[in-house]
Amino acid sequence: MLEVTFRHAFPGLALDVCFNAPPGITVLFGRSGSGKTTIVNAVAGLLAPDQGRIAVQGRRLFDSAVRLNLPPHLRRAPYVFQEARLFPHLTVRQNLTYGRWFTRAITPDFAAIVEMLGIGPLLARRPAALSGGEKQRVALGRALLAGPEILLMDEPLAALDEARKAEILPYIERLRDAGGPPVLYVTHALTEVARLATTLVVVENGVTIAHGPAQDLLSDPAHAPQLGLRDAGSILSARLVAQEADGLSRLETAAGPLWLPQVHAPLGSALRIRIAAQDVILSRQAPQGLSALNILPATVSALRLGGGPGALVQLALGGEHLLVRLTRRSAEALALEPGAQVFAIVKSVAVAQSDIFSPTPQAPHDAEP
Amino acid sequence: MPDLLSPQEWQALALSLKVAFWATVISLPFGILTAWALARRRFWGHGLLNGLVHLPLILPPVVTGYLLLLTFGRKGPVGAWLESWFGIVLAFRWTGAVLAAAVMAFPLMVRAIRLAFEAVDPKLEQAAGTLGAPPPWVFLTVTLPLILPGLIAGAILCFAKAMGEFGATITFVAAIPGQTQTLPSAIYAFLQVPGGDASALRLVVVSVAVALGALALSEWLAQRVAARIGGRIGGRDA
Repeated sequence: MLEVTFRHAFPGLALDVCFNAPPGITVLFGRSGSGKTTIVNAVAGLLAPDQGRIAVQGRRLFDSAVRLNLPPHLRRAPYVFQEARLFPHLTVRQNLTYGRWFTRAITPDFAAIVEMLGIGPLLARRPAALSGGEKQRVALGRALLAGPEILLMDEPLAALDEARKAEILPYIERLRDAGGPPVLYVTHALTEVARLATTLVVVENGVTIAHGPAQDLLSDPAHAPQLGLRDAGSILSARLVAQEADGLSRLETAAGPLWLPQVHAPLGSALRIRIAAQDVILSRQAPQGLSALNILPATVSALRLGGGPGALVQLALGGEHLLVRLTRRSAEALALEPGAQVFAIVKSVAVAQSDIFSPTPQAPHDAEP
Repeated sequence: MPDLLSPQEWQALALSLKVAFWATVISLPFGILTAWALARRRFWGHGLLNGLVHLPLILPPVVTGYLLLLTFGRKGPVGAWLESWFGIVLAFRWTGAVLAAAVMAFPLMVRAIRLAFEAVDPKLEQAAGTLGAPPPWVFLTVTLPLILPGLIAGAILCFAKAMGEFGATITFVAAIPGQTQTLPSAIYAFLQVPGGDASALRLVVVSVAVALGALALSEWLAQRVAARIGGRIGGRDA
């Protein structure tokens, strides 16, 4: 459990931060300059807020009411920065073990971390001889081996190209799914949110304007404009049930079956599928003679007409939500309103391989008061 | 070998090496501290300290030597105190030559180390802190290894300057053969007597050799350290 509540005034930016997060990955999302890094710095102890309280798993790190401000080295909150910040005079092995000198906590097994991150062959090298992706993996390992009570990550992938990102993301997912330490993760990339976030915290101009389970926030039409309309999309949980002869994979969702281009995962795997809001078409009648394979019956649960020509519709299907972006004109033509029965049409090929993610355990959000 | 130099010349060389060695060793901790304060701290009197450190560089050495004599002489405030409490006398002793050399070389040392401090990315120290390292450990395990090239350069500069110090030394401790007559003051003394040219020339050659040797040593050390930090050891992958 991560509890962060504070105010801090900079010249030109006043921060007003308040969120709680259960274990898992908490993503701080917002434009650059919105104050995300400042929030992480406050948790790390690199910045003392004017007033407030920060606690991790019940342990107070900062509390202005009792003038408590633990220095960074006592917070057990190792930080993975955008630039790896490896120590250039130490080998990879020495970098990895650096934090172990200072903790009495039981740190994860060195061999297991090295194995998980695939950095065994690099141990004898120095950071200058590593690629960007390798550096970031070592930085992640170094933080994990310091025995974190919480792991802080500030845009750890921002400086990497797509191929390197794809190389690191699975490790972070694996960490989350293996019940690793809670993570506070900063990004301005919605794809990383969709892929990693258990909890989403939206930051705008220094203020945390929304926080909650990522799946709920992503499919909420009220928040889509803040997240960026262009990339808006929701997440469906699915299970891979069959690989069919024509190269399609059949997935079972709460809303019904879904056929997607071949998904490379073992049968029975639980998957997370991101469906972009602009890739869904709505119909009031069950469509006939349509090429699209995926036609899911749904109920309109929320509708938001924008100021411009656009509209956002949230559909309820089974227990899940799907976000749809269409024009205001279409919404009016279909007479969409909460409670209306519709069919959601998702083109199989619209869902890219990069939108299909590995298992996620359901976060215990209901535990929140 | 001993025939190359006369006993007096040997004495001057040995004394100079001793004075330069101790001047370097003693000023190193102060140099690190001062350089750190100037590079990393903003405090009241920052400019004053900076000016004070650089003063010996811009004052005529004779003036610095005379000020040392006024302060650390047997009748000077600090000198009298040192003698009555610790029995330490600096004026006209080789220890005084160490003080004079250290003071004169201090600005050079501080400049080199300060530049090294300024080149260390404070973000690395931050990272070490979040990994659990208390500040003194961060200094020892991150900052110090990274300023090592500057530290070596500063120490060698200090040593070379101390070897060559003349004005302040001769003013503060005179040039007593075997006591305070360092290499430069011996060269000067030989030039004052008829037939001393040969001795002076031999000592000049020795001075040049020592200076070049120090320079070569510093280059070699700096390269080794830079290679370690730059990671030129070990291959780079594709």
